[in-house]
Amino acid sequence: MRGDAEAHQLIAPRSLGAVLDLLAEEPGKWTPIAGGTEIMVAHAAGRLTAKNLVSLWGIGDLRFLEVRAESIVIGASTTFRDIRTSAVINNELPLLTKAASWIGAIANQSRATLGGNIVNGSPAADSSPALLVYDAEIEMLSARGSRRVTYKEFHTGYKRNALATDELVYAIHIPLRFKEHRLYLRKVGARRAMAISKVALAATACVQDGIINEIRLAGASLAAFPTRLYRTEDALVGQAVTQDTMRAARVKLLAEIVPIDDIRSTAEYRSRVAVNLLEEFLIGLKRAVAAQ
Amino acid sequence: MSPSEKTRIVGTPVLRKEGVDKVMGRARYIDDIEHEGMWHGATVRSTIPRGVIRSVDFDERIDWSEFAIVTVADIPGKNHIQLIFADQPCLADKQVNHCDEAVVLLAHPSKQRLREAADAIHIEYDPLPPVLTIEESELQDVIVWGEDNLIKSFLLEKGNVDAVWALAAHVIEGEYRTGAQEHLYIENNGMIAEWSAESGVTVWGSLQCPFYVHKSLLAVFNLPEDKVRVIQTETGGAFGGKEDYPSTLAAHAALLAMKSGHPVKMIYDRMEDLAATTKRHPSRIRHRTALDLTGKLLAMDIEIATDGGAYATLSSTVLSRATLHSSGPYVCPSVRVRSRAWATNTVPYGAFRGFGAPQAIFAIERHVDEIAAAIGMDPVELRRSNFLHDGDTTATEQVMRDPVILDGLLDKALRESDYYARRARFAKENLHNSVKRGIGIAAFYHGSGFTGSGERYLNSLAGLDVTRDGKVRVLVANTEFGQGTNTILAQIAAETIGIDYADVVIAQPDTSIVPNSGPTVASRTSMVVGRLIERAGKQLVESLREYAELGNEFTSEEFFAACERYRAMKGEVVSLCRYEAPPNIYWDDQQYRGEAYPAFAWSVQVAQVAVDTVTYSAEVEEFWSVQEVGRVLNPVLAGGQIEGGIAQGIGYALYEKVVWQNGHMANNQMTNYIMPTAEDVPPIHVYFEEIPFQHGAFGAKGIGELPHDGPAPAILNAIRDATGVGFCSIPLLPEDIFAKLQLERSVEEPATV
Amino acid sequence: MSASGTTIRITVNGENREVRVPPMKRLLDVLREDLHLTGTKEGCGEGECGSCSVRMNGELVNSCLVPVLQADGASIQTVEGLAQNGSLHSLQEAFLKCGGAQCGICTPGMLMAAAQLLDRNARPSLAEIREGLAGNLCRCTGFVRIFESVMLAATTQIAEVQSESATHAR
Repeated sequence: MRGDAEAHQLIAPRSLGAVLDLLAEEPGKWTPIAGGTEIMVAHAAGRLTAKNLVSLWGIGDLRFLEVRAESIVIGASTTFRDIRTSAVINNELPLLTKAASWIGAIANQSRATLGGNIVNGSPAADSSPALLVYDAEIEMLSARGSRRVTYKEFHTGYKRNALATDELVYAIHIPLRFKEHRLYLRKVGARRAMAISKVALAATACVQDGIINEIRLAGASLAAFPTRLYRTEDALVGQAVTQDTMRAARVKLLAEIVPIDDIRSTAEYRSRVAVNLLEEFLIGLKRAVAAQ
Repeated sequence: MSPSEKTRIVGTPVLRKEGVDKVMGRARYIDDIEHEGMWHGATVRSTIPRGVIRSVDFDERIDWSEFAIVTVADIPGKNHIQLIFADQPCLADKQVNHCDEAVVLLAHPSKQRLREAADAIHIEYDPLPPVLTIEESELQDVIVWGEDNLIKSFLLEKGNVDAVWALAAHVIEGEYRTGAQEHLYIENNGMIAEWSAESGVTVWGSLQCPFYVHKSLLAVFNLPEDKVRVIQTETGGAFGGKEDYPSTLAAHAALLAMKSGHPVKMIYDRMEDLAATTKRHPSRIRHRTALDLTGKLLAMDIEIATDGGAYATLSSTVLSRATLHSSGPYVCPSVRVRSRAWATNTVPYGAFRGFGAPQAIFAIERHVDEIAAAIGMDPVELRRSNFLHDGDTTATEQVMRDPVILDGLLDKALRESDYYARRARFAKENLHNSVKRGIGIAAFYHGSGFTGSGERYLNSLAGLDVTRDGKVRVLVANTEFGQGTNTILAQIAAETIGIDYADVVIAQPDTSIVPNSGPTVASRTSMVVGRLIERAGKQLVESLREYAELGNEFTSEEFFAACERYRAMKGEVVSLCRYEAPPNIYWDDQQYRGEAYPAFAWSVQVAQVAVDTVTYSAEVEEFWSVQEVGRVLNPVLAGGQIEGGIAQGIGYALYEKVVWQNGHMANNQMTNYIMPTAEDVPPIHVYFEEIPFQHGAFGAKGIGELPHDGPAPAILNAIRDATGVGFCSIPLLPEDIFAKLQLERSVEEPATV
Repeated sequence: MSASGTTIRITVNGENREVRVPPMKRLLDVLREDLHLTGTKEGCGEGECGSCSVRMNGELVNSCLVPVLQADGASIQTVEGLAQNGSLHSLQEAFLKCGGAQCGICTPGMLMAAAQLLDRNARPSLAEIREGLAGNLCRCTGFVRIFESVMLAATTQIAEVQSESATHAR
């Protein structure tokens, strides 16, 4: 344990309002901590620079799952176990259920939160690709009020996001319009559990009369932050799945992604596997369409 | 010792002796223990792989008077850790020779203040050019150890290989590489040390060999034997990683105890343990093999190179075992093995389950499959037609006097795994599947116990005494660290004497109480030390019959009553026995000829592997292991050893990579050093055959290391079967498979839809 | 609200405990150092090995990743709380019988994870057992006998429940 427990302040205001007031009074001073599965790792390694922490754990107003007519709203402190055990998410948003099962293992899932995963902003984040292809929106809250951005605009750079210094992620809104979409989500890691993504790909697509009329693609560890793969999408929308479109899509994907060499894997491997995953998705799409 | 000899306790699945404490969380590992007035210790380590220490600065912002500080100047005796050579310093003196080498030690009552202080010590170096690979060391451009970087070399010769090449129908070459492997015991290294002028040094800790630590401390402290005491505490996994390293940690903790005047506890955290302690020796092994037209082996020319790291530690004995396992379980009239251990400026490598055999067996068992592919022969039949049988001689001219049942093991392995049927099915299915499956085998032996005259040199003493509260107590220096030492030795004692398993306890391995029965290594404990306990038990019963009126048949009560009568007469009830070498053990250490090992355990393993051509990941889907191990003393423990060894072997093959950056382990966190989880290990099927070994306890031979020898080659042979590509280097990660499976089609070109 | 000491009240294995510790002290360290419950172990400090697993308010957590302030008011179960009235839990019996513990250092966390699994799912399949234990690393056993232990405990527990029902039914 290389961190100094006495060098960090941690307080747990009882209400969301109290937390927001604190962030407003002293912007930039307080770092929110939810399930702690990232912050406490840094603490143990002696790398936790945040001196003042405010706990979000136990604030009921942040941990909820609300089903509305056209969307599901997930509170930022909802844990991945909450997500996995939600029948409605499993029915309506199965990619999110699947992504939740990727987080570490059982003990991590009971503490890691959707909001925490997003705000930590790792390019390898497990929930991000699914959220991106599900057109998620992020609702942010401060003492000044609430505002929303599309998730695809939330990450602005490596570990940088749209939050103002007095803002918290309050909830994630996901539209309920993917029931008929074809879905794909696959993660590639070093082992079947407790693995950080080397690369992952998520896709939602609508095919009509053999033509892709809607497609969303997102990856993990393919850029400095979780992002949609717009150019690859453009190469596919309005197209049938043929040898030529697959070739064009692979080329576009290769040009669009910027994976790196790091301690876990290589850029070349990530690139190659990314195009393989895309191909696996497209072949699956074609087979499903043909089967209808 | 007949195979049908019935036993009541030996051979039965009695419960683990210390099992209740373990499942209740009551077992006390070193970090669970506090000593009154205890301080904590920390180590300041080098950040470069090689250089002269120019200065050591203590930042003014710390009040150093609160701390105990130890440098090389504080060492009362010799600045070295006595193992085989004495080249490894206890603390770096003028130069550092690897990253994470210990330079300064600190102690303080507060762990946190300690951490701040350790960060406040700045060491300046004049860097020297480091040697970081076997190839760089072999070049001998830069000399970093001895005169020539060469820690040890062996030459083993049988017949005349050079006379064969021209005549052979086939000559096949290959080069095989294995990487470093970390033990990853779940309990990190730890010690508590105390020092006083009257009693000398006492250390408690997580360790395999109390008398190794004892011997090292004598030199560091310049103390007589009775002024150093080493006590093993419950140890959470070792695998060889706590065979030699604890000597260094014990010396560090004891120096701090001496300097501070307080007990000092030093527990490594995971990052430090990964970076600074020993790992398995990396290797590069080259084979050149001659065969006749029918695939019979004519000659093997083998070149072994290992990376020993910056100091010798156990490199010479690891190299020895690699040499003696390099030609496989085959008959070959001419063999030459040239092996060398090279020094580099990396963290010194040390003992790890298998001790050179996994490296050597990876090479030969992969090479056999490459030969089979090259000459168009079935790799199973190629092996079978060259297997050793009773009466054959090995590469050291050792005659196989005990039965060798490789054919039987192979047949059973093929049958249980349905090998040929699976192989045929996969060949068909692979054509239409993006996941390619394959099945591969490995056949091997593992020499039980120390090489040659090693046991004679150890001259182990072990035995029993009887406590006043009516227990037989096993007195050995051999340690429990999960493999079942306590249980097995208690079983042997109870069986031999004729009392109940519950009547036997194990003395805590404490050098002031137990005799030196040798280290807990080399798969020797059951076979050698168990035999000493067996003899001691018989000797005790005979003494009680002679002096204390013990009858021919007796109950436990009668036995302990006789013990008390004996105690009244003689003052104590003790029975110790010293090692007696089996007759006709002839071993020439210079020529590397003769009886290399008193016994061999034999095994055939089969791996079914799936290679996903979308992700290039290889996973073991199922695994079978058939082994002949003498006598199975406890089927639950024995099965557990095989399964655990296989899991580690799977990690060695496919998951565990040490990433070096300029001589420092860059992936020194559990999140980045990958071992298989419960979701990754395949179903493992274990089958035992037993041919009792007459000199082993109740017929036992060694078992602990055998299972780690086979998985890596079996797995890579399966991958060859699955993909048609022969990979010759481990760990084999998806990135490596991808690099070689570098597709016929370009990355832009999609598969046919 | 001082960084050096906040009063934390937790129930551990059914007993109410109170400590005064920095709020960012890890629950693992509070259990081991302040409450002297050393059954829970530290293997990695990063939430990777699971040897620090405990149950907090009915959930399995890695106590090395829980700042103790977030455990204020919580009910914690550690391995020391498994055996009841001097009787081993069926999981503990099963681990003994099947060889689920070798060196024993992963065992407390493994037992917690297994207990959590069986409480949620009385008849887990092998795949469910693997998943339930995927966050607990064992270097000794290769997991095989741990799976057997969990299956045996599950069978034992079901039999116990059935025999209790049968008794009640009479």
